[in-house]
Amino acid sequence: MLRFILKRLGLALLVALTVSFISFSLLFLSGDPAIAIAGESANAEDVAAIRALYGFDRPMMVQYGDWLWHALQFDFGVSYYFRLPVADLIAERLSVTMTLGVCGIVFALLIAVPLGVIAAIRPNSLIDRIALFLSVAGQAMPSFWFGLILIVIFAIQLRILPASGADTWQHFIMPTIVLGYYAMPAIMRLTRAGMLEVLSADYIRTARAKGASEGRVLFKHALRNAIIPVVSLAAVQMGFMLGGSIVVESVFALHGAGYLAWESIGRNDLPTVQALILVFALFYIVFTFLADVLNAWLDPRMRSA
Amino acid sequence: MTAFPDALEITGPTPGQQLRRRMFGHQGFMIGAVFLVLLVIIALLAPVLAPHDPYAQSLSNRMVRPVFMGGTWEHPLGTDHLGRDYLSRLIYGARVSLMIGAVAALISGTIGTALGVAAGYFGGRVDAVVTFLINVRLAMPVVLVALAVVAILGGSLSVVIGVLGLLLWDRFAVVMRASTLQIRGREFVAAARAVGCSTPRILLSEIMPNIVNNLIVVVTLEMAHAILLEAALSFLGVGVQPPTPSWGLMVSEGKNMMLFEPWLVLIPGAVLFVLVLAINLMGDGLRDVTAPENRN
Amino acid sequence: MNDAPLLSVRGLTLDIPTSGGTLHAVRGIDFDLNRGETLCIVGESGSGKSLTSLALMGLLAPKIRRTAVRMTFDGTDLQKASRRQLRQLRGDRMSMIFQEPMTSLNPAYTIGDQLTETLLLHKKVSRAKARARAIELLEKVGITAAESRLSQYPHQLSGGLRQRVMIAMALMCEPELIIADEPTTALDVTIQAQILRLLVDLQREMNMALILITHDLGVVARVADKVAVMYAGELVETGPASAIFRNPAHPYTRGLINCIPVPGRNERGARLGTIPGIVPSLVGEVTGCPFRGRCDQRVAICDTAAPLRRLPDGHEFRCVHPDGHRHEEVTA
Repeated sequence: MLRFILKRLGLALLVALTVSFISFSLLFLSGDPAIAIAGESANAEDVAAIRALYGFDRPMMVQYGDWLWHALQFDFGVSYYFRLPVADLIAERLSVTMTLGVCGIVFALLIAVPLGVIAAIRPNSLIDRIALFLSVAGQAMPSFWFGLILIVIFAIQLRILPASGADTWQHFIMPTIVLGYYAMPAIMRLTRAGMLEVLSADYIRTARAKGASEGRVLFKHALRNAIIPVVSLAAVQMGFMLGGSIVVESVFALHGAGYLAWESIGRNDLPTVQALILVFALFYIVFTFLADVLNAWLDPRMRSA
Repeated sequence: MTAFPDALEITGPTPGQQLRRRMFGHQGFMIGAVFLVLLVIIALLAPVLAPHDPYAQSLSNRMVRPVFMGGTWEHPLGTDHLGRDYLSRLIYGARVSLMIGAVAALISGTIGTALGVAAGYFGGRVDAVVTFLINVRLAMPVVLVALAVVAILGGSLSVVIGVLGLLLWDRFAVVMRASTLQIRGREFVAAARAVGCSTPRILLSEIMPNIVNNLIVVVTLEMAHAILLEAALSFLGVGVQPPTPSWGLMVSEGKNMMLFEPWLVLIPGAVLFVLVLAINLMGDGLRDVTAPENRN
Repeated sequence: MNDAPLLSVRGLTLDIPTSGGTLHAVRGIDFDLNRGETLCIVGESGSGKSLTSLALMGLLAPKIRRTAVRMTFDGTDLQKASRRQLRQLRGDRMSMIFQEPMTSLNPAYTIGDQLTETLLLHKKVSRAKARARAIELLEKVGITAAESRLSQYPHQLSGGLRQRVMIAMALMCEPELIIADEPTTALDVTIQAQILRLLVDLQREMNMALILITHDLGVVARVADKVAVMYAGELVETGPASAIFRNPAHPYTRGLINCIPVPGRNERGARLGTIPGIVPSLVGEVTGCPFRGRCDQRVAICDTAAPLRRLPDGHEFRCVHPDGHRHEEVTA
């Protein structure tokens, strides 16, 4: 178990390092970052001054080392637009995104797991078909469009939910649904497939032979085994969702980290964009790492290995 | 000539015929295929089918409602905020979506298949490197990276296609790696190696034909993925640039009038939904009919 | 103690709907089992032995149709009993040991959890008491360091140990009936004998009735009080073990017994007995004797009838020939 965790941790760190390099080199994709900051109309002296100020005249690897060294201390430089430390900007916005992500994954699990279980207990029943339709439709639904439809229905027509902002818990209802809906199909399919497989296992027959009630068989004996891969999928999905929150946050004008990313891209605020890519990637890496550890911990066969 | 009287009874449908029969019998696949073929035809015949020039503005005819909301047949689906015929823009938009989906899937499919097959076939260090690359790629937030790169390079159709193609190869690599691993151990591969076939020959004529089914399934799913991502990028204003008729862009443009004219948002989004749904249904159906044992 | 049999089955029939028609998997089975008795159901794979045992426990897949003239357990009508009543019987008064010890234990819970669950489900006992009982039974089934095993998971045990755990689990509530479905088939040959001996010893010690399902006639000869020979879904011969081994009446039983290699009778290097032919399809209408396709005593009437013949001591078999052998007058 410890060996496994250490191995996974090493891999996670290596992935994080590589991602950090990629997000850093994005800065150089545009050619000369100094021009980007100074603006197209700046004269050569201004550009040269900026180049010296930000250290763009050094070799790229030196700049990367410098940036990484500071990033390790949560110093991502200064935003070109706000003239504030990027780390502070992100920290301020992250709580909204995290709230949204947690709500989204909880919503997805609350809907998808029961649906998947019922679908597996009664294959080809009406509920199974509805669940299948929801999962197929869910994968095809553009999230921005889904969000706008919800706004039209609940904010414009019915006027029961606020269309944008993040002031009250009601503001989070529609974004949660949109973001959660995105993670639902995969979770539901995996729950259904897992339950179907587990329900035909010999140990389920053993449980019935013991005289356990159907409920006990389903939830204590079957779900406990079927849920193991679902838990790690949920953790991975959480990582994906945070990265995908940019669309949802822009639809509902939720001023979270995703919204900040969108604004910063529009403003050519590269240090902020770089830092955000790294932060979202780190979230994904941390969550997949947690998923692996959780998986190993939930499965006795791996726990003792 | 009755030496083998039973021979006639043995002849049945060939595997190909059986596959075709299963495909035609699969409801989801057929529905998806019919819609997709229809949309492809519409996209190909856009100049013939479109009633108006999709770029022609008419400031006196702005936001005319569709015919089912009290409009006229002059503009069956109404006009947008610049007075451009909505139906014509939708028809030309199909070209954008389909082209992006197809070309992006082609690029990412080539990259992913090459990496995945190499990893699965050679194993060892090659596999370790490819698996690492897949991990790195999965860690990159796709929307954010695509937005940033497109913003830096400037939004044009080819940039969007290129960026999506370079970003969406992960699932190809994962699936092709697993499929190759499965095939590599089979006897006919060992036999080919034993008779001295070259590695490229084994890869092309022994491995590829046996994993091409899985490849096609991933192609459809990633096409759908690329189409959705392009729409999202264009919606966020960092994808295909106006006045190109992209469905995501149309939703974005309609968003400002959503309070009064929600159909401006609903129609292009619905078309996008139908296209992606059709491709996904086809992909799911293909997975069912090519690998019946993998169902559920 | 009353004289009525503990388990009484008449006309048990199991039908499985398939795409090709109804599969008549088990047809009109009758038997009685008294307290403390051992009944061995013998037959080759696919003959319906396992289905019969699952039917007794009420553990059949929902799509399988079960009908019977009578099916009672200690006076309780198993057909009319509610799901709740059946649940209370299962694990408490009748329990089952399965063929596959490797997969019959839940991988997510410890041995201790799974052992005590049976007891906690049926008896009002404390966890500590249940734990003590689990340790007691693990020791009884010959597991050393029983207490430390309780916190282990199934994957940490060998197949033989797992089957011992399964036996202990079945015994937790001191059931009156144990059904063991080929409990040793999946184990190493050396372990098989140990497990079987253990099972039979415990059965005698606790005075339980045992239904042992097996295809190993050698085992049957050693442990059975009664034998039921099953072929293609029917009981072709039933009776006291001694009578059947001394005087096997049905051609199939004779064939089976001939297949047992006996030192001295079989010459070195001689081919063991085999029964040629194939088992009939049970889809659609099934008539006549199911064994006729492989029977060396076959006559024309076998296509339509296989009447029940009674011999002394409750020894019964189904065959057109009164003693199981073809005589010229029957052929006419």
